[in-house]
Amino acid sequence: MPRAHYREIEADSGFVTLMLLFGLALAGGLLSSLYMRHYGHVVSGMGNQIVWGIPHVFAFFLIVSASGALNVASMASVFGRTTYKPLARLSGLLAIALLAGGLSILVLDLGRPERLTVAMTNFNFKSIFSWNINFYVGFLAIVAVYLFLQMARGLDRYVGIAGLVAFLWRLALTTATGSVLGFLAARQAYDAAIMAPLFIAMSLALGQAVFLVVVMAVCAGTGRPLDHALLHRMARLLAILLTATLYFAVVQHITNLYSPKRLAVERFLLVDGGIYTALLWIGYVGIGSLLPIGLGLCPAAGRSRPMILAAAVLAIIGGLCHLYVIIVGGQAFPLLLFPGMEVSSSFGDGMIGSYRPSLPELVLVAGGMSLTMLLTMFGMRLLPFVPMSFVDEATGAPAHAVTGEQAAGR
Amino acid sequence: MTSETGSRDERASGASRRSFLKSAAGVGVTMLAPGVVLYAAAPPAVAQRAGRPADSKIRWGLLVDLNKCPPGCDLCVTACADENGLHRPGAHESQWIRKVNVHDPKTDVRREVPVMCQHCAMPACVDVCPTGASFKRADGIVLVDRHICIGCRYCMMACPYQARSFVHEPQENQRPEVPRGVGTAEACSLCVHRIDAGRMPACVEACAARAGGAMVFGDLNDPSSAIAKAIGTHRATTIRADLGLDPAVHYLSL
Ligand code: SF4
Repeated sequence: MPRAHYREIEADSGFVTLMLLFGLALAGGLLSSLYMRHYGHVVSGMGNQIVWGIPHVFAFFLIVSASGALNVASMASVFGRTTYKPLARLSGLLAIALLAGGLSILVLDLGRPERLTVAMTNFNFKSIFSWNINFYVGFLAIVAVYLFLQMARGLDRYVGIAGLVAFLWRLALTTATGSVLGFLAARQAYDAAIMAPLFIAMSLALGQAVFLVVVMAVCAGTGRPLDHALLHRMARLLAILLTATLYFAVVQHITNLYSPKRLAVERFLLVDGGIYTALLWIGYVGIGSLLPIGLGLCPAAGRSRPMILAAAVLAIIGGLCHLYVIIVGGQAFPLLLFPGMEVSSSFGDGMIGSYRPSLPELVLVAGGMSLTMLLTMFGMRLLPFVPMSFVDEATGAPAHAVTGEQAAGR
Repeated sequence: MTSETGSRDERASGASRRSFLKSAAGVGVTMLAPGVVLYAAAPPAVAQRAGRPADSKIRWGLLVDLNKCPPGCDLCVTACADENGLHRPGAHESQWIRKVNVHDPKTDVRREVPVMCQHCAMPACVDVCPTGASFKRADGIVLVDRHICIGCRYCMMACPYQARSFVHEPQENQRPEVPRGVGTAEACSLCVHRIDAGRMPACVEACAARAGGAMVFGDLNDPSSAIAKAIGTHRATTIRADLGLDPAVHYLSL
């Protein structure tokens, strides 16, 4: 059976420059964490009302994307879509790198990041947060094994089962990630079982979008071919996944509108929440959903690589807006201690919380994202993750290949 | 292990139920309504055998009579800050107890409600804490073990009362009985260090000594305690009782 041919990427000057840039950003993120540890979180924009800010938005983004980045590998080994197989390795590598980046942000933002070992050794079985730590570690291990089986010769027959385990695991992982918010009975904006499926759909869509951007960038940057039919198929899949996410988001908000205790927070998010309302409607619904869904499903746009790239980038921007509204917007709305009453205090009761991301937080975020990029690039340099040619291993037919220039949309 | 965080259930608990009653009866006595008496703060310390573990038969709680809590009074808040080495309110400062102004737009009734950690029987902060740093002592007091708190703030996301604060800056000149750590979560400890020494929480004591004696402290599990009787007689309520967390802090005329 013909196999797709893979090779490590070259360490040309572009590669070295990017590695240096990302390395610098990662160092900045580490320094930023030290800075916050030294002076305390007073130097961040977060406070006692809005306790999770932009670092958590990006951490959630990277973590859910990690699960979704594995879509392509799952398509190949779980759903038998062999045309996806040449990209399955890269999909696994990216999944690991994204999760590592997201976790690094979460850990570096802790009030006591040096106590990471405490978190690993003290386990509260009731805490969904603890469970998440296990899901993340398990995910890294499972995907690593899955990648090994894909890359080692003669172990092909185990790839299917590893793929299935990885697939089920990532569903559990995103369910648990969504439940971090969904289990919060205190907060009217979250407290709903639909957070789990919403996060599953979101993870599939965002991971797909990130994968598309990365694969297009890698193929363009290294002059490798990228099968356009496959690319188009992935863009259509992205559109479908974005539609599913939008569906769950709509159901979530409509359900909340029927719940008297959630009406006020819904009104805040949907109508008069200022930045949050704008991010929700313009950022998430408009730019991040309708536009890329249209691009992904439009046959004309499907022929154009820049359009596919645009759809993926817009989906990422929209996903970040959505997460910002969920995480920060959900906290900005005050807790409901005395339903039906007007309240005020010196501790933010009854007031919309204010939050402005600070420089240390943004540098921390850049550091975590850079870790993802560094790991991906390092992996591709070290091992043969990226295909040199696209061959459908089931049919043996060479897929329509294009050059790097075409891949870049030039 | 510090006196604040304690080594869980082995920690010395407060005075025995009986000694508390004795002390309460001996000092502040408050008329709630004709024929109903609340035993308020008891400034002199009750003899307390040191080293006794927290008693699971006891559940310490508070009752706040809002009729006796005058507008503008913040003695409980300042007493708490002084006792626990907190700073005055600021954007990033901890507030273990705060007064929430509550206005009912339908009846135009206004109240000022002291809100602190409600020491729930089923505390959301304890459930969500990944390391178990948030814990409930055998006698119902909910605390943070600052030695294993990693500062993730998930407990702050989970608490419906916004009772938890995050220590945003390194602390200096701390009270030895109440160590606080930058980068960790904290909240009202019900003045566990005072309870363990047979004394009342600082807010209760200050309110009884210098204000209307609106707060009662005692054992909710003891049907003969003043607090349990008053809660039963006057059908005291808790904040967000609908959440089912079973808070230990009760309010009259909420
Ligand atoms: S901040 Fe500390 S006490 Fe609160 S959930 Fe995290 S580890 Fe537990």
